[in-house]
Amino acid sequence: MGTGVCRCGKGVEQRDKFEKLDEIIESYKGKEGALIPVLHEVQQLFGYLPEEVQERVAAGLGLPLSEVYGVTTFYSLFTSEPRGKHRISICLGTACYVKGAAAIVEKLEEELGVKVGGTTKDEKFTLEVTRCLGACGLAPVMMIGDHVYGKVTPDKIKEILEKYD
Amino acid sequence: MEKERPQVLICGGTGCVSSGCKAVGDALRTELLRKELSEKVEVKETGCIGSCDLGPVVVVNPGEFFYEKVRPEDVSEIVEQHIIKGKPVQRLHPHSLKTGEPFKTIDEMDFFKKQVKIVLRNCGVIDPTNLDEYRDRGGYEALKKALKEMSPEDVIDTLKRSGLRGRGGAGFPTGLKWEFTAKAEGHPKYVICNADEGDPGAFMDRSVLEGDPHSVIEAMILAAYAVGATQGYIYVRVEYPLAIERMEFAISQAREAGYIGENILGSGLDFDMDVRVGAGAFVCGEETALLASIEGKRGMPRPKPPFPAQKGLWDCPTLINNVETYANIPFIILNGPEEFTSVGIESSKGTKVFALAGKINNTGLVEVPMGTTLREIVEEIGGGIPGGKRFKAAQTGGPSGGCIPAEHFDVQMDYESLTKLGAMMGSGGLIIMDEDTCMVDIAKFFLKFTQDESCGKCVPCREGTKMMLQILERITEGKGKEGDIELLESLGNTIKRTALCGLGQTAPNPVLSTIKYFRDEYEAHIKRKRCPAGVCPGLVRYEVVTDQCRRCGLCIKVCPVGAVE
Repeated sequence: MGTGVCRCGKGVEQRDKFEKLDEIIESYKGKEGALIPVLHEVQQLFGYLPEEVQERVAAGLGLPLSEVYGVTTFYSLFTSEPRGKHRISICLGTACYVKGAAAIVEKLEEELGVKVGGTTKDEKFTLEVTRCLGACGLAPVMMIGDHVYGKVTPDKIKEILEKYD
Repeated sequence: MEKERPQVLICGGTGCVSSGCKAVGDALRTELLRKELSEKVEVKETGCIGSCDLGPVVVVNPGEFFYEKVRPEDVSEIVEQHIIKGKPVQRLHPHSLKTGEPFKTIDEMDFFKKQVKIVLRNCGVIDPTNLDEYRDRGGYEALKKALKEMSPEDVIDTLKRSGLRGRGGAGFPTGLKWEFTAKAEGHPKYVICNADEGDPGAFMDRSVLEGDPHSVIEAMILAAYAVGATQGYIYVRVEYPLAIERMEFAISQAREAGYIGENILGSGLDFDMDVRVGAGAFVCGEETALLASIEGKRGMPRPKPPFPAQKGLWDCPTLINNVETYANIPFIILNGPEEFTSVGIESSKGTKVFALAGKINNTGLVEVPMGTTLREIVEEIGGGIPGGKRFKAAQTGGPSGGCIPAEHFDVQMDYESLTKLGAMMGSGGLIIMDEDTCMVDIAKFFLKFTQDESCGKCVPCREGTKMMLQILERITEGKGKEGDIELLESLGNTIKRTALCGLGQTAPNPVLSTIKYFRDEYEAHIKRKRCPAGVCPGLVRYEVVTDQCRRCGLCIKVCPVGAVE
């Protein structure tokens, strides 16, 4: 651990990413409150925040690893586990809940064969619930990637999922 | 002459984007090109118009003709009939729920009739990415006026006289907050916009950020001038990607135009600002937690005092206001406090934007004078409850708020009246519930929310909400015990008194207010093991109605315990 040893046969790609990671850290050096913006960009780069990445961020910003880990685990957006290619977020805000979001969750769990928080075996989808997406007028809503789907019903789920590969 | 040029506005708020407004815009541009009208007709993508469930919404000017649920294939008819021949397309107008008559223009629609737009004055009217359009409607005039004609004290005094109160929930007088920060010792000072709109069911801040970003920027510059700040941050939640993009773009425009940066408009004022993006923690809407998050730490609140005005970001004096509060300010400075105080009632001036959603016909954003009654909002603007169902309660203030039952349908919507009922204004989420909504289940929903989002720092919130949730879960599963209601009440009141921050102190509200108004429903769950609304799965009984059974066998397949024979 600590050297970022390649375990996936994508050594070059991984090395590029770590170079980019260093660039990101460099661009924030000396700025106050840099940790969270850095983690945003780094998670965008890697898709998640594995331990060796967190170590590198800590060393780069001159922070204790415990603080980086503390922030990573506090905010629900940050994750140290890899996620699927497409992130499905079902809104569980009040309006969506009142309009039957629970049935959407159930249907998705059944369709994907994973529970909320889980990633499908083929690493295609990660199923998550989210707080209000602010599209309450179209409740119930869900978001896949950056796309918001409004007025979702359980029988539309299959059709929506088929659009993604 | 310019004004007579036909103009087509396409709502580009998040709601309409998800209903497919982009395709409509593309189809329209193609059609205009084909008919060689591109030069003559202006097509504009605006911020949220407010009536989200009618999306994609298209408005044709002159005349503000309103079209709902427009699909790309409708576009050629709009161009041919309306724009070329001057005959609006009847079938695409929304229809009155009462009379069935079409509403041709925005003015005619019940949804807009009672609305007074101050905060949303530019939303749905201007192209938010075009600075000139903001300026054409008086944008940055308030800033010029303040820098030229007013001292920082004058600005604060104007705000105080306007009676503006914080729109983020607590309703603290904005002018006073500015005064405290101005008088605080310390340097540098910061101005922050709380755009971490976390209350589920509230989305007015998102609409302002997306639809009129410069109004927030202008207000923050005014604030910097008034309190003597040099740096500003807008803290936007990560769930609002479009708002982040628009805000960042608008800041770069403002910087280019010399509204932010050094020596703003030659006045000697230096002020710059940045966007900071949240990372999915509801508690960061609490101001001290928000400050911790901007500092790059876990978003945990700390005790107050000292208030941020004295010791805020990096222990420096800091002014924090919410998006909707800021959006009022250029209007007040430009038009004077009297124009603002002419709207609303004695204790609450101006307007409030509500996000109307749930079991209601017209959902969306509505801006009404303070003191408008709940009945007016639900029946007149919202068009009543769908499916002929009865109004049961309205939930205001999200997880910090409470419910207003049918017997208080005529309550005035202002800070004091709502607090008196055990609800609160909060940020303005207004969720309408009908007879099919179980109030115990709703209370459980909110408590689960706050319990999940509790940061864990103080015991009353961390452990207390967990205990309350366990009791509620027990009740909804049909395992409620005698004395549970009293236990919930006593736990709730203790948490209210002892929790560290606003999140914990208000977390029991949804439970306490539903017990207050719907105690019988709690009792039905506990004593009779029945859920009157038929929501709680543990308390629903299924029966096979033999003379209607078609022997399809579905129930046998679905039943997890093999109870059907």
